[in-house]
Amino acid sequence: MLSRTADHLFWMSRYTERAENTARMLDVSYQMSLLPQSAPVAQMGWQGLLSICELLPLYKSKYQEVTAANVMRFMVSDESNPSSIISCLRSARENARAVRGSLTTELWETQNQTWLEAQRHIHAHNFLDDPAKLFEWVKFRSHLSRGVTIGTMLKDEARSFMRLGTYLERGDNTARLVDVKYKAIESDFFGEANGKDQEYDFYHWSAILRSVSAFEIYRKVYRDVIRPDRVAELLILRSDMPRSLHACMEEVVSNLSIVSDNLRSGTQHKAGKLLSELKFGQIEEIMETGLHAFLTQYLDKVNVIGESISADFLVAS
Amino acid sequence: MHRFDEMHLEANAGLRAHYQNYADWLSRQQAESMQAHRIEAEMIFRKVGITFAVYGEKDEDGSGTERLIPFDLIPRIIPAHEWHSLQRGLIQRVTALNKFLHDVYHDQEILKAGVIPTEQVTNNSQFRPEMMGVNVPSDIYSHISGIDIVRAPNAQGEGEYYVLEDNLRVPSGVSYMLEDRKMMMRLFPELFRSYSVAPVAHYPDLLLEALRNASPQDVEQPTVVVLTPGMFNSAYFEHAFLAQQMGLELVEGQDLFVKDAYVYMRTTRGPKRIDVIYRRVDDDFLDPSVFLANSTLGCSGLMEAYKAGHVAVCNAIGTGVADDKSIYPFVPKMIEFYLGEKPILNNVPTYTCRNADDLKYTLANLPDLVVKQVHGAGGYGMLVGPASTQAEIAAFREALLANPSNYVAQPTLSLSTCPTYVESGVAPRHIDLRPFVLSGKTVQMVPGGLTRVALKEGSLVVNSSQGGGTKDTWVLESDRS
Repeated sequence: MLSRTADHLFWMSRYTERAENTARMLDVSYQMSLLPQSAPVAQMGWQGLLSICELLPLYKSKYQEVTAANVMRFMVSDESNPSSIISCLRSARENARAVRGSLTTELWETQNQTWLEAQRHIHAHNFLDDPAKLFEWVKFRSHLSRGVTIGTMLKDEARSFMRLGTYLERGDNTARLVDVKYKAIESDFFGEANGKDQEYDFYHWSAILRSVSAFEIYRKVYRDVIRPDRVAELLILRSDMPRSLHACMEEVVSNLSIVSDNLRSGTQHKAGKLLSELKFGQIEEIMETGLHAFLTQYLDKVNVIGESISADFLVAS
Repeated sequence: MHRFDEMHLEANAGLRAHYQNYADWLSRQQAESMQAHRIEAEMIFRKVGITFAVYGEKDEDGSGTERLIPFDLIPRIIPAHEWHSLQRGLIQRVTALNKFLHDVYHDQEILKAGVIPTEQVTNNSQFRPEMMGVNVPSDIYSHISGIDIVRAPNAQGEGEYYVLEDNLRVPSGVSYMLEDRKMMMRLFPELFRSYSVAPVAHYPDLLLEALRNASPQDVEQPTVVVLTPGMFNSAYFEHAFLAQQMGLELVEGQDLFVKDAYVYMRTTRGPKRIDVIYRRVDDDFLDPSVFLANSTLGCSGLMEAYKAGHVAVCNAIGTGVADDKSIYPFVPKMIEFYLGEKPILNNVPTYTCRNADDLKYTLANLPDLVVKQVHGAGGYGMLVGPASTQAEIAAFREALLANPSNYVAQPTLSLSTCPTYVESGVAPRHIDLRPFVLSGKTVQMVPGGLTRVALKEGSLVVNSSQGGGTKDTWVLESDRS
């Protein structure tokens, strides 16, 4: 297929997935912000979110203060923020429109409809009145887009490039979600371990689990209280957890093998290496080196794989 | 002046027979239900993304430039016998135009015979000297021809079909023809049970057949692509739509390159050779090494590959010389010259302002004439005398005098009308018809074409860029309905 077409399909899926994960991340922060806490703590929570998304400088250039309402606006409806939900949905739709002929009619209509409704949901109404409802809607449209993709697209390269985009993005986003906690700790507001903090920990980790629909899964798998290392294990190492880093990288590797031939082994090599780290990695080791350090390395590697896919397939040679 | 309505006989004398059933049905519909259907149609068109872009315009929210072309619920119905004669005329005309194109780029017999003044062809800006002596497969130049047909009353008040212009470069609109039909069948399935309407949905099949037939190589499975200027082009929807319907890659200039006089596209698995390019890009932009040097919409070296016979370009380069408005008056003569037949379809009488006599007549009759630019398109830069103010006419006179050979003039035809939904209810609006004629092994077309309607009261300009809409076009399978 055309390199340019593959590029559009790849990014269409990435942006769709990014919109969903941004909604998930915001949902966690929003739920957390409803807990009784001091204003500085709440502020640091939001700041952690911005910093993990690498958006703090852009935010600061636009808003004076870090407040819930400002961050929500910035991350949902601000079109000057390329990672806001509205920007992601616009980019997904623009990419879809550029290759609408390569999509099934149903998939194109789904993408187009999402964009048309998004403008209504985000601009016409005050989403701040009920952010959870908007996040639900974003997640639902993403589910729908993925379902229509799997249910209607020919199982060919085009679909594989879309799946590549989805899983590369999802792995990246799950890693950031797990890391949000670290960013907040780093800023020292969770300094001393006391009872209050432990209680807070429970809410934080369970909010993360819920944001990836994994709270019940956690209970089912571990039959235990919520412990940070187990949450990390579930979201990083378990291949049966659909949003875990391991599961995402498995999909990346298998879709790469569909679109690659022997000439282009560079990307496959990198992805395969990262997959085996996740496959044979142990949570104790990771916690020992430090969760944040591990996730930072992981994000770097995913970034390199993304660039490598682009160079090997998407940028016309 | 006589008027001709497609549905109603003159002076309240009743309905034309082929509209009787429809009118009965329409009279039984509630206004609210028709209104609901209109809203539904608009919603579906939006959702499907059947939009066009207007250059330099913004949406209400300032975000984009995508517009819907208004779709009218009342179909334009053509009885079988009328279509048969139209079809014969179209085949004859397009056959002659293709022979003319081959002739002017080879032996120029028609010029030697003095049928058309030589300088009018060779000095024409649409004449491409680069095409002299180039052989194209099956000698077909215009694979896809959009022939604009209008209907106007003759002295007896009978509707007569005229060819208003030929579009042989990159005629567009066929996707609306197909989508309008889909919409009508979705909204009013019961109508299609009571009328036997000739289907049109096989157009992409016929087009693909014509494109594959154009392949210059003896390849079993020629690689055919659709070349688009990109998603910001006003007809992008159509390009993507046709590529998808035919299962072809939709490429842009940046996807192509030429090596050793072969054209390739860049794919995820390396370069792939292309045999046929269905291009929706004008000649001028096709090859920056030969035509406009700053074009990024084409591909450098394309002309070289084309001349070497390694790739087909549909329509061929240089077809503009045959659809130019200054050549148009000679088409009936071409038909006689190449085919030895009398033209079946009439031309509209045309005054070519480069001729002193014609210019004189035009200047004397501006308020009654339609004056168009020779290379104009899209309804821009034209004068509709009867609908213009004195100041507008005076301004146009200046432009005309400054460069007379840039203009042709025609009597203002009283285009036929068809009942159409407007804000105040159903009212007559002027329409035209663009059938899409495909030239491959044979010359063929799907019955009907795109009917465009001028939504402004009294307006004769049907172009979508000027606020025109579209209607579904029904050709009846038999004259009994």
